[in-house]
Amino acid sequence: MSYIYDSYDVIVVGAGHAGCEAALACARLSIKTMLFTLSMDSIALMPCNPNIGGTSKGHLVREIDALGGEMGKNIDKTFIQSKMLNLSKGPAVHSLRAQADKQAYSSRMRKVLENTENLTLKQAEVVEILTEDNKVTGVRTFSNGIYPCKAVILCTGTYLNARCIYGETVNYTGPDGLMPANHLTESLKSLGLEMYRFKTGTPARIDRRSIDFSKMIEQKGDEVVVPFSFTTDPKDVQIDQVSCWLTYTNEETHKIIRENIDRSPLYSGAIEGTGPRYCPSLEDKVVKFADKDRHQVFIEPEGNYTNEMYISGMSSSLPEDVQIRMYRSVVGLENANIVKNAYAIEYDCINPIQLKPTLEFNNIEGLFSGGQFNGSSGYEEAAAQGLVAGINVAMKLLGREPLIIDRSEAYIGVLIDDLVTKITHEPYRMMTSRAEYRLLLRQDNADLRLTKKGYEVGLIDEERYNKLILKEEAIAKETDRLNRTMIGATKEVQELMSKLSSTPLNTATSLAELIRRPELNYELLKPIDKKRVELPQEVIEQVNINIKYEGYIKRQLSQVEQFKKLEEKKIPENIDYDQVPSLRIEARQKLNMFRPVSIGQASRISGVSPSDISVLMIYLSSHKIS
Amino acid sequence: MTSDTIAAIATGMSNAGISIIRISGDDSLSLIDKLYRSKKGDKVLSKEDSHTIHYGYIVDGDEIIDEVMVAVMKAPRTYTRENVVEINCHGGIVVTRKVLELVIKNGARIAEPGEFTKRAFLNGRIDLSQAEAISDLIQAKNELALKNSLNMLRGGEKAIIKKLRDNILYDIAYIEAALDDPEHMSLDGFDQTVINNINSEEEIISKLIKESRNGKIIKEGIKTVIVGKPNAGKSSLLNWLVGEERAIVTDIAGTTRDTLEETINLNGITLNVIDTAGIRKTHDIIEKIGVDKALKIVTDADLIIFVIDSSTDLDENDEEIFTMIEDKKTIILLNKSDLTKKISLDEIKAKSNKPIIQISVKDNSGLDMIEQQIKDMFFNGEITLNEDIYITSERHKEELEKALQSLKLVKQSVIDGMPEDFYTIDLMNAYEALGRILGENVEEDLVNMIFKEFCMGK
Repeated sequence: MSYIYDSYDVIVVGAGHAGCEAALACARLSIKTMLFTLSMDSIALMPCNPNIGGTSKGHLVREIDALGGEMGKNIDKTFIQSKMLNLSKGPAVHSLRAQADKQAYSSRMRKVLENTENLTLKQAEVVEILTEDNKVTGVRTFSNGIYPCKAVILCTGTYLNARCIYGETVNYTGPDGLMPANHLTESLKSLGLEMYRFKTGTPARIDRRSIDFSKMIEQKGDEVVVPFSFTTDPKDVQIDQVSCWLTYTNEETHKIIRENIDRSPLYSGAIEGTGPRYCPSLEDKVVKFADKDRHQVFIEPEGNYTNEMYISGMSSSLPEDVQIRMYRSVVGLENANIVKNAYAIEYDCINPIQLKPTLEFNNIEGLFSGGQFNGSSGYEEAAAQGLVAGINVAMKLLGREPLIIDRSEAYIGVLIDDLVTKITHEPYRMMTSRAEYRLLLRQDNADLRLTKKGYEVGLIDEERYNKLILKEEAIAKETDRLNRTMIGATKEVQELMSKLSSTPLNTATSLAELIRRPELNYELLKPIDKKRVELPQEVIEQVNINIKYEGYIKRQLSQVEQFKKLEEKKIPENIDYDQVPSLRIEARQKLNMFRPVSIGQASRISGVSPSDISVLMIYLSSHKIS
Repeated sequence: MTSDTIAAIATGMSNAGISIIRISGDDSLSLIDKLYRSKKGDKVLSKEDSHTIHYGYIVDGDEIIDEVMVAVMKAPRTYTRENVVEINCHGGIVVTRKVLELVIKNGARIAEPGEFTKRAFLNGRIDLSQAEAISDLIQAKNELALKNSLNMLRGGEKAIIKKLRDNILYDIAYIEAALDDPEHMSLDGFDQTVINNINSEEEIISKLIKESRNGKIIKEGIKTVIVGKPNAGKSSLLNWLVGEERAIVTDIAGTTRDTLEETINLNGITLNVIDTAGIRKTHDIIEKIGVDKALKIVTDADLIIFVIDSSTDLDENDEEIFTMIEDKKTIILLNKSDLTKKISLDEIKAKSNKPIIQISVKDNSGLDMIEQQIKDMFFNGEITLNEDIYITSERHKEELEKALQSLKLVKQSVIDGMPEDFYTIDLMNAYEALGRILGENVEEDLVNMIFKEFCMGK
């Protein structure tokens, strides 16, 4: 017998990285929020790698922070090592990555959730989404409690019909042996949602005491740590860091794998789900790149609370007896004690093209979703979607404009646009090469790009917003000064040039022009820049980048201008593509399937040609006039 | 509305009188200011009143390209409601083409199929009732352009461009893989690899551009095909048209198609004559290569010369050809008028309304009439160059130039000591430009290449 429990504005299903951001965003925007989790002890769990950030993912975390999300703050308080990757490359690909203390990360997030107003947590399994006329009305839990609500955000991660597999061993559990969610898929299917089955995997965890680190190469954190959150005082993150360790697989390892490859469920066909090419198992790597005689293996601590070490690069689903031989063949792991076996996990998720860029389903009003459920992979990708879904539920319930971030504004925009516009065949991972306006979407300027949006939405307070405005002004003022300040070819100047191995000046040159020289930068010119005033490092960084890469930045900005014109041409939600004359059949089918919100989005759908876009624009403009 | 500036030849590509190049968009006026010089050299067209026409020259620096009339029409009272400039060129096809090239070089781009009309519509110039017709037109023109684009590339060139793209994409993927996974892949020394690769890529693209200028990629002129059954006198006719006894002997095995093509100049009209003799040499080969191939050549042709042997009865070969040429500009030649006639002029007239000329190649009679007929047809504008093909070739060249320019920018980035992530910006632009020639878009190419070639991930 079902019965009515309490009612809420929004119900978030799942308290992983997507669910946490979604619930926090809603609650902070004064929406009465319920967050369901299968276990109160697995909030913001990191069931795979023990780090946050990395290439392009670090960008996402900073963007989440600039919009008012929690992930950046949470990792700043719980990291145990931090590194800025790609420092020798251009600023667009600098990426922050931190090793997390998994337990601390989880506990701190739990504490934040538990102390947020308007937010209720409950340990229960949601088994059904209730709707009326394709509109969400509530959810039902396994114990038959009905929770009426106006909106639902599905953030079920890898728990839906999950099963964990290694060799012939199959466990019908979620990650880390946790309880799976076995009932919700049926309800979603009956609502007409198209479901996918994806898989991913994780390596073994090994007891620190059984590892010989003397045979490995130590990987230390950065001397000066840069925080993720723009609100974190850099002084607060200069902590004692732990190390990671580098070792390699070898021919022996590969031989063990090759000899037992038929026992891998991936090759025997026992696994049906599609895995991400980005996180291949070691057996995948050995088969696909047979000419490589070794692969890197990073040994990373899971936290200060445990001796478990994460064996990055050796994800596997081979049987236990093969696994132990495989790990022990690696230098330094000869006596390894495996605490947790490596496994592959299969789970249900959706084909994300059923979503609008707001992350609401096309066909069911009030149903939103985020994270791995949407066919992505990674904590950061999940958190980003959770945040956007949460904000858009709030905007909808408050009767305000939705937040749609486009590809020229943030990696979050690229991520969501790719998910809802491109056919995905594997768990989607963010990559910097996916962002066509990468040079503009840097991790260093995420605050300048997005804080205003966060403020307009209501997740960024007045004080933080005002600080941003001041920063913007300071950057503009200093850039302008450097463009206007001319430096003559004086003896002092020529001496500095020669000291810095730069060509002497022929004629008076602006400071900006000098900064553009590859061998020079803002700091180096200090001795000849007499009118310079002391500025915060974050301002100097922006000024230096803006001037140094001005040519490239201007080119991308003009591309963005063209891009925006099509993005701003909205397509009415109720458009009937069968009424648009002259569309090719394939285009008509695709447009019906994707239901793009703008001409820009339509133009990115594979199978819709430029002439179809012309035809569509003509239809829209004649429609408007009539 | 996108308001970049577009240009195209608005008249057919014939030598009939004047060719008009139409330019539309925000920068039309500033663009024409760069190219136009009045007789006294004192006029600036952008400052002239709207809807006025001006005599003067189109110049490339100091060089006069053509004597022209230029019409200046300022927004919004124009066809597209944008600034429109029309250049009336007098110097014939070659000069018109040069002027268009100059317009493109100065910032306009070649208009998409139906784009002037599309702009006219979107800017509210054209009546709503016409919307559907315009949509149809755009789809049809686009389909044709796409078909042309691929048809015009010879197999060899297609392969070269494909290979170029693959090489460029590999370099991009290498860099991107390393940027994505810096702990697994190093880019040390890769800048030199990129420079080396670009040097050879530049060479290949430059050669393609040069070949397109020489008309090797696309034959210019009126594509003329001589058809007729075996022994109708086609080769003799060709030899006569070429003006010398060329040793085109159709019964030598291995005669290639190229040797069967001749370029003939008739009073300034360029004819590219293809003798189909080699194809229809014997019945066996007809069966092998088939009517399809002949049909394709005929379909692509601007002008057909159909040679009928009047000394033998019409047979199924002739009937086949009559069907093929139905919708084509054709001159029918009744050859061998020196021999006893089996076919009368009236008989042919009853079958076809095409112009018919009685000739005897052997006696050298009636041949001057062919020349006159072709000239008449051309100057009356009855036969024209295939404009779409011409535009396609122009567009190909534009994309090749873009690719070359992008590769130069990559080299500059390397020289300027820019970090590697900057290289991929222009490498990608080059890749995309080459892709447009093949009618391919980028989609997931890069990500696929990264995962295919490089061992990535945790």
